[in-house]
Amino acid sequence: MPSAQNGNGAGIPQGMTAAVLTVNDDMYPVVFPTHHTLLEVLREECKLTGTKHGCELGECGACAVLVDGEPVFSCLQITTDVIGKSIQTVEGMQNGNDLHPLQETFADLGAAQCGYCTPGILMVAEALLAKETEPDDEQITEALSGNICRCTGYNRIIEAVKWAAAKRRGDDWRPDEALFMGSEIPR
Amino acid sequence: MVKAFNVPQADETAEEDLKIIGKPFRRVDGRAKVTGQTRFADDVHFPRTAYVKLVRSTVPHARIRNIDFSGALAMHGVLGTLTGDELPEPFGIMPVSEDEHALAIDTVRFVGDPLAAIVAVSEDIAHAAALAVKVEYELLPTISNFDDALATPEPQIHDYADDGNIHKKVSLKFGDVEQGFDDADLILEDNFFYEGSNHLALEQHSCLALTEDDDRVTVYSSTQCPHYVHRALAKTLDIPGSRIRVIACSNGGAFGGKSDPFNHEIVVAKLALKLGRPVKITLTREEVFYCHRGRHPVQMHLKTGFRKDGTMTSQHLRTTLDGGAFGSYGVASTYYTGALQTTTYKLPNYWFEGARAFTNKPPCGPKRGHGTPQPRFGYEIQLDKAAHVLGIDPAELRLRNLVEPNTITSNWLRIGTIGLKECIDAVVKGSGWKKRYGKLPEGRGLGLACSAYMTGAGLPIYWNHMPQSGVQIQLDRSGNVAVFCGETEIGQGSDSVLAAVVAEVLGIDLKDIRLCVGDTDLTPVDLGSYSSRVTLMVGLAAKQAAERARDKIARAVGEHMELPQEALVFADGQVFPAHDPDKGIAFNEAVVIAESRFGTLGTTGSYIPPRAPGRFRGAGVGPSPTYSYSASVIEVEVDSGTGLYDVQKIWMAHDIGRAINPVLALGQIEGSIYMGLGEAVMEEQAFRRLPKRLSPALVHKMPSMLEYKSPGFHDMPEIVSYMIETNDERGPYGAKEAGQGPLLPIMPALANALFDAVGVRVDQVPIHPEMVLKALHEKQNGREARVGPHKFPDIDYGEPLIVRTPEQGGDGRATDDPKSKRKGLRSASGTMKERDDALKEKSSATLTTD
Amino acid sequence: MLRLPPIRLESPATVRDAAKLIAKGNARLVAGGTDLWPNMKRRHQKAETVISLMSIPGLAAIDSSDTDIRIGGTATLANIIRDDKVRERFPAFAKALASISSPPLRNMGTIGGNLCIDTRCTYYNQTEEWRRSIDYCLKEEGTICWVATKSPRCWAHTASDSAPILCALEAVVKLESAEGERELPLAEMYVDDGIDYLSKQPDEIVTEVKVPGTSDSSQCRSSFWKLRRRGSIDFSTMSVAAAVWIDDSEIVTRASMYLGAVGPAPMPVADIASVLVGNKITEDGIAEIAHAARKIARPMDNTDFSPSWRGKMTEQYAAAALREIAGLPQLRMQPRHMLKVV
Repeated sequence: MPSAQNGNGAGIPQGMTAAVLTVNDDMYPVVFPTHHTLLEVLREECKLTGTKHGCELGECGACAVLVDGEPVFSCLQITTDVIGKSIQTVEGMQNGNDLHPLQETFADLGAAQCGYCTPGILMVAEALLAKETEPDDEQITEALSGNICRCTGYNRIIEAVKWAAAKRRGDDWRPDEALFMGSEIPR
Repeated sequence: MVKAFNVPQADETAEEDLKIIGKPFRRVDGRAKVTGQTRFADDVHFPRTAYVKLVRSTVPHARIRNIDFSGALAMHGVLGTLTGDELPEPFGIMPVSEDEHALAIDTVRFVGDPLAAIVAVSEDIAHAAALAVKVEYELLPTISNFDDALATPEPQIHDYADDGNIHKKVSLKFGDVEQGFDDADLILEDNFFYEGSNHLALEQHSCLALTEDDDRVTVYSSTQCPHYVHRALAKTLDIPGSRIRVIACSNGGAFGGKSDPFNHEIVVAKLALKLGRPVKITLTREEVFYCHRGRHPVQMHLKTGFRKDGTMTSQHLRTTLDGGAFGSYGVASTYYTGALQTTTYKLPNYWFEGARAFTNKPPCGPKRGHGTPQPRFGYEIQLDKAAHVLGIDPAELRLRNLVEPNTITSNWLRIGTIGLKECIDAVVKGSGWKKRYGKLPEGRGLGLACSAYMTGAGLPIYWNHMPQSGVQIQLDRSGNVAVFCGETEIGQGSDSVLAAVVAEVLGIDLKDIRLCVGDTDLTPVDLGSYSSRVTLMVGLAAKQAAERARDKIARAVGEHMELPQEALVFADGQVFPAHDPDKGIAFNEAVVIAESRFGTLGTTGSYIPPRAPGRFRGAGVGPSPTYSYSASVIEVEVDSGTGLYDVQKIWMAHDIGRAINPVLALGQIEGSIYMGLGEAVMEEQAFRRLPKRLSPALVHKMPSMLEYKSPGFHDMPEIVSYMIETNDERGPYGAKEAGQGPLLPIMPALANALFDAVGVRVDQVPIHPEMVLKALHEKQNGREARVGPHKFPDIDYGEPLIVRTPEQGGDGRATDDPKSKRKGLRSASGTMKERDDALKEKSSATLTTD
Repeated sequence: MLRLPPIRLESPATVRDAAKLIAKGNARLVAGGTDLWPNMKRRHQKAETVISLMSIPGLAAIDSSDTDIRIGGTATLANIIRDDKVRERFPAFAKALASISSPPLRNMGTIGGNLCIDTRCTYYNQTEEWRRSIDYCLKEEGTICWVATKSPRCWAHTASDSAPILCALEAVVKLESAEGERELPLAEMYVDDGIDYLSKQPDEIVTEVKVPGTSDSSQCRSSFWKLRRRGSIDFSTMSVAAAVWIDDSEIVTRASMYLGAVGPAPMPVADIASVLVGNKITEDGIAEIAHAARKIARPMDNTDFSPSWRGKMTEQYAAAALREIAGLPQLRMQPRHMLKVV
């Protein structure tokens, strides 16, 4: 592992770790207090502030990132355990300047309101779509069940994930018109 | 499809001509929000930032004897400390209750009350140092709740309270309440309880302050109301407001929880000025529960008189609010527990009494629906009870009582359009109510409830004659349009409303608009993202500014084309003659012509709500340019063996006036349903009072995301949302609010559905399954099949203020109140220009506030 | 933000090295960290040195090739649930694991960690500042158990969802230390005390859990019912795990039931064996066992929901768990927000 801890390397003081993290395929040389979780290192050392925090105790999901493709809570992820692993954050989702299908559908369907839970939810959804090309409501609900959103009421997020999955498949399915214009008023 | 009802067309622009308004478009900040680029306050980084940790009281009520910083100061990396004596000036959102200090001076009033600050080179060190601070206290009695406060007038938590530890008492009597009860065929009296709850915005409050090289202080904060923070900073730091800049970052959810100026904002600004380096604080989740300002726990006693046909003759509502340790918005909250009772159904006579107590808990304040969900809960359940006694269908009972549009209520609120009938019709039809209500198998049931909410508070927090919303537009010869406004994006889509209105008027693409918002240095004042005011007030100010810009361009282009300016159309990025669209020029060319003609182009727009008809003390709370309406039906399944219940489906119809962006409007409706369901089913800001013989402790029971329960992905039922468009001429393009109103019917609709399912009443929220089981047990044993409060405290609310209703020929004044003579000036219709005209004509109107 | 205190972090490459390090004292073991890190952030568990087991190769292995299933101590909950054999042979075990918190947390949390999870209490799982305001509690630094102020003992409740079902399935754990290794029936690892809730020594490492397969002709049927507020994230406020071995003629040959979250340790419902063994499962038998379960449960006011209702629900869910095993129709509702079915 390319890391130095507790004064092990030149000039690294006690309690600090020096390492190179691989985030979104970019290399980040960082020196950080050993007790700082991946959340803190991403936000404060890498300056990747797209990853959010709402509790720092694994109870809200805002800080979810992918480590080797699997969603984890970065607030409970001790950083030294992910040195040498592939870390993905919301900042790495786009393809060039083009939005990822999930980003497109979240923006267009109002699945992001305040947008604070959004990065964590996008990362977990991304991991789901990597495994399931056509996830159903129940799979999406379960996959995202560690993420709290206080704005949307969730249903729109589930539809946005399904819409993104369809886009990825090249399917022209889209959410019901009621999600764009309201339900048809019964006569 | 959305269908417009009840139309006199509000706007001169025919609906089919609108290019952006009413269409689902991607929110203008959508891309930033899905890429992680939206900069929330905690995402703001500057070199050399120092970090603050607040030292908070660990006792509920005490005098501070001594604070020992020696352990903290001995730590390497600690840069300094701050105590309340350096910030002696009090503050508070309401001018009548400026009872907060950034750091407690002498007295701490709840567990979590900040009394000192530590600033250090890292948050780690600041936290460790804060833990090392030793505080000596002289304990004072712990006041746990409203009843405790009533029984314990001394010592006072604040000495300015109306009576002992009762902060505020209100008694307002409209009409002949006693005669109304005499005329009634049926009088129902019920006690209800509504537990407090927290907003639980996912983003924890964060604030960073720095002094810039010109010796001014800039404050980045997660606030809904940068203008009020600006004022509080000027007051507490004792420096001119012109030397303070407040930048409201996008809020990661707010729901009312970020609408007070906060102690931590003042502390970091003060420390930045002391240290000359950036200073930051980000609260932990627990500390957010201590900031609170959430839903007040409210006890209610509701007495209503009905005739046999279901119409109402009179109502007497008494409320108590457990306010916590500070005033916050509490005076307004107190009035709000009574103000909007009259807005849905005709109440010819109405008596409201409310009282708010100070207690040793985090201060309550405004949460989505501010003070109105609690009485609405009781009211809508009582209507359900009345319907059963009278043998009238609950939907029909409501329809028989509907307030008429364009009328003034008995408590002097001017009502605009009302789509409540259409809302009720929609959910009744959608849910199959007529075939299913009262007829589902045992264990399954439907419940109906309705509500109304303000589209912006009629009055500002502090008394003034200035606009409540201002917009400034700057046109660049490139075709770029920069829009400046003090509004704050809290997730509700205010940026998108602002941009959409300007783009619609100028006929340009949303991408050609650049917004600069929520910055007290650069943007005209908007009072903030609270009271559902932004769409209407910012929308109208933006519309005025954009129309002025359009008119200026049209005049120049008209001269250029030798056409009357009225002949020109702005659409699709072009300016063209209506009769000859091919002769158009591009918008940027039109700007060049106008700039050549008039010089640098800029316009402003402003909005002030119309004068309210009520002129009695307390009439300032409740008026709004117009009101939104909602109706909901909830379907529930109950297991009578355990009390477990499952909310299966929710139908919601909301009179939104007009949806500026239907996708975002639906998001507000669904989000309101979600939050209402949370309060109905599980959310509670609960406290533990340890046994008195062993401890004075009064602590938040569960200040965490885990133990403060809020619904997750698995916990949401299917939702059907109908948008009813009444096209209210008082709103921009006919728009009313959507962000708060649809929360209100959820709690009573659930309680009513449980009654339909298993025949028991739960007259309190949250409705825990064990309450349902207990009520079922009562029923089986032949007792009243009900769980809820049996008593209401014995309170002397004082002499009521008597106000004759419009029906009685009243003039909006109290019959005998010396304080109602204060005069103000306000136009009747809203724009500043008209107000100026009104002033010129000296048609002065009286307006009173507290 | 809430952060960890400074720590020295060790990542030994072998169990032997880990055992040596932990034997030095003033250290704690960590695997997934989903219990220890929150507890250390709140400062109610403390350690100068934390020894991570996550770098030990092979310790996360799941061997389901034999009759018995052997699971390494650091196998993540998610990987165990994903194992086809586990799901096929011990569905209630998979269901219990799948009910733990949420998927990202299950990608981190391990079986060893969940079995050793600290007991919980709403007077204890709070920050340092909060606990100061109640003058701490018996479990940590204080003198009074605020749940039962006259009690000489701590009433923090067991919070593991894997423990009740694995106890019912008669699982065995392997414990390794610098002194050597030993095997212990899992049920014997728990002690009915909120503070000293494990008989495992602090320097012993749970390196393996063995879930024994059925060697005789009996078929093992198991079930797990969990009561909580929401469909995810929440800990159990009460759970029932049952395992019943039944022969070809539907006669019960062995039976076991454990209750979670209603006492400091998983609580055995011993009556299940005396009522069922040698008999078929009957409505009367179910009622008798459910009644016994309610008497054994000691729900306290230290988690969500009221103790009295959790007591009533113990009876309901014990019956429901047995009805599931017997293939009888359910009488009680499982709202989506109470129990997620895998």
